[in-house]
Amino acid sequence: MAALPSISIAIVGSGGAGALTTVDCLLEAASAAGWHGLFTRTMGPQIRGGEAAGLLRLAVHPVESLPDQFDLLIGIDWLNAHRFGAEIKVGPQTLVISDPRGGEPPPMVKQSGARVIEVPMKDMAKAIPGGRPNMIALGIASRLMGFTIEQVFVPIEKRLADKGSAAIEASLAGIKAGFGAAADIEFDKRLAKPVPSTARRWLLSGNEATALGALRGGIRFAAAYPITPATEILEWLAPNLAKIGGTLLQAEDELAAINMIIGSSYGGTPALTATSGPGLSLMIEALGLATSAEIPVVVVDVMRGGPSTGIPTKSEQGDLNIAIFGLHGDAPHLVLAPQSVGDCLFTTQWATYLAETLQAPAIVLSDQFMGQSRAALERPADVAFIGARAIATEISGVYKRHALTANGVSLMAIPGTRGGQYTADGLTHSERGTPTSGADDHLAQLDKRRDKLDHFNFGDHWASVEGAGDLAVITWGSLTGAAREAAGRAKTDGIDARVVAPRLLAPARPEQMMAALEGVKRILVVEQTHGRQFHKYLRAHYDLPAPVRVFHRPGPLPITAGEIHRAIAEWR
Amino acid sequence: MNIAVTPPAYTPADYKSDVKPIWCPGCGDYHVLMSFTRAFAQLGLMPEEVVVVSGIGCSSRIPAYTNCYGFHGVHGRSLALAAGLKVTRPDLTVVVASGDGDGYSIGGNHFLHACRRNVDMTYVVMDNHIYGMTKGQPSPTTEPEFDTALTPGGTKVPPFHPLVVALASGANFIARCYSGDANATADVLAAAIRHPGFSFVEILSPCVTFRPDEKAWKDLVRPAAVAATSDQAKAARRLMADDGFNIGILYRGNRTPFQPASGASDIDLSALEKDFEL
Repeated sequence: MAALPSISIAIVGSGGAGALTTVDCLLEAASAAGWHGLFTRTMGPQIRGGEAAGLLRLAVHPVESLPDQFDLLIGIDWLNAHRFGAEIKVGPQTLVISDPRGGEPPPMVKQSGARVIEVPMKDMAKAIPGGRPNMIALGIASRLMGFTIEQVFVPIEKRLADKGSAAIEASLAGIKAGFGAAADIEFDKRLAKPVPSTARRWLLSGNEATALGALRGGIRFAAAYPITPATEILEWLAPNLAKIGGTLLQAEDELAAINMIIGSSYGGTPALTATSGPGLSLMIEALGLATSAEIPVVVVDVMRGGPSTGIPTKSEQGDLNIAIFGLHGDAPHLVLAPQSVGDCLFTTQWATYLAETLQAPAIVLSDQFMGQSRAALERPADVAFIGARAIATEISGVYKRHALTANGVSLMAIPGTRGGQYTADGLTHSERGTPTSGADDHLAQLDKRRDKLDHFNFGDHWASVEGAGDLAVITWGSLTGAAREAAGRAKTDGIDARVVAPRLLAPARPEQMMAALEGVKRILVVEQTHGRQFHKYLRAHYDLPAPVRVFHRPGPLPITAGEIHRAIAEWR
Repeated sequence: MNIAVTPPAYTPADYKSDVKPIWCPGCGDYHVLMSFTRAFAQLGLMPEEVVVVSGIGCSSRIPAYTNCYGFHGVHGRSLALAAGLKVTRPDLTVVVASGDGDGYSIGGNHFLHACRRNVDMTYVVMDNHIYGMTKGQPSPTTEPEFDTALTPGGTKVPPFHPLVVALASGANFIARCYSGDANATADVLAAAIRHPGFSFVEILSPCVTFRPDEKAWKDLVRPAAVAATSDQAKAARRLMADDGFNIGILYRGNRTPFQPASGASDIDLSALEKDFEL
């Protein structure tokens, strides 16, 4: 039996069948045992009656991307599974567990050449009072993946604590029945032993990591309008802000949300909102106001398929253009992108620090894949980035809110401060903040706002650069993990590739990018858009020193490490 | 040696900035500015503890003409911006200034929700039944037959009744003023600022440039015949029957203002990480 560095399972069911709970329990059991893992949910927009699949990859090392192909696929039922189409990749190496009473397996299973074994999960559950087919599935999965009954029972017991002993007994019986049924199923893949570590272990989603990063960076007020797939950020923030003396307001719409956070920040309380593409579109005008009035705010956009309502529950990188170029006028602001579930924490914290320090709005481009995936990982290291705004405290003489300074940042008076009274304004203004339409003031303030960002030392965090090969994979956001994995596989074929993934998308860092691409002979741009937005962005801001190929595809199909590996290999 | 400190006494002039207003000569908004400064002086507010928030339009220029903190934001969103400010800085006095286009048209949705939310602030709408800054287009309070270049022959759409909408949406204080009577307006503004919760003050403020007919308002306005009520049903009947020229405080509610609990807590951030530990 092969001990593998990574193993993957997908569990499919109709909405409400419990597929996601089952996978969550496996992740939790694996995390408790010391493995790393990534659990991605994929579902339709409906809450019930639709389809849901939990995709889980466990590994001995940190996991940041989906597998090329699943080792194991369990269909609790197949009622709407055809809707996933190619999202769940299966092949001849995949073992599929199917319930003969759960409907026909979808064409992608039949065509894949996968080995299908039938287990009557529904009937087995029926034989147990209060039994549920997903617990049978959990039992099967535990045995095949090498867990003990006890390991997967712990998370179930925790979840059902308030449902009473009968529910707990029924679940345990279900797990045992599934575990027993799997005894005769041949499956020769096993996960290698976890690497022993004393690090504290966390289990969290990218959206939760984003929310914690915001608080660590100093956010104490949030206002937002619910939207898929960003709502979890707000639902985590609401009780936790209250615990630390902060506040969350549910706004009547995104126009209100962005203006509420601008009001809070103007009053001295660092503030954030979280949204997705349609909401970001509504916030753009006020982001221009925050740029002009130099009010720091943080807007997290958890990207989903677009344009318009698009595919609310699936990931895409199509908001890059609006985030960078969406504002009218010349409006320099910060745009950042986290690269993994764990990095959502760092990047949001850093974005908050940068917004506060530079008195500018920051857009954080997360996406549905990172935002709604749960990862088992080691506790991310603490970083020192805590928002520190330059505040005017003692004011004598004429106060100039937008004074021209060496670094472009001017002291901000907070209401309540005597002598600092000024009017924050979206009108072109003088150093004092008074409206003007004069050419000199207009140019001086445009220069100021550009230079304070351009001349800031962002340090090494601007990008992650790994490897030094003469082929550079340039990518961003949640594709970074897949690109790194692809580069690792290419190395075993003798191809040396480096991965360059900017975390700071605006302002552009031409000198640093030039250094990161030193000696490169071929460039492969990888992105999840239809219109090659990232490639065009790179072309606009950087001199790419070598021939470029672009591997791009819109959502909802995730771009896998295997596909990037192939694109690397094909370009020799 | 202990010296008894008397609180600084302010005069209206202390609340005026050195920025020269760019309103047309004869604009009602000059008087509104006067009423603002008189009300602030009457209440003895420290200029640095007052924030005047506005949107876009002639009336929304007012923050920079005061010596208070100000925010001249985007069109129609002043109430939302002010709510974010007030809930995080309940120590400040927040006054929102708007016009009939900014407040009732583009900002209409925020008006409903600000009344409903009942944050402790004062909302002043300088209503001249016209878009002045863009040179004479109809607003939600313009009469249906009023002829403009954008709507030849009039909009044919009945005007919006801001006071009724405010009452139905939950505003806690509703008044109507006439800009020409700056002292009476100042008194109402002071009462509105003092009243807990969301106070709505509609000020009839003539646009002498695009609505010269509004010069006649000074003869049409009259003090409301009856005192303010705290009974919503009674107020609704009166406001529905109102011809738009009854001046004074018309409704005083007793809803508790919305103010989320805030303030420092001794829980440190690392305690929140427990959510993520197994």
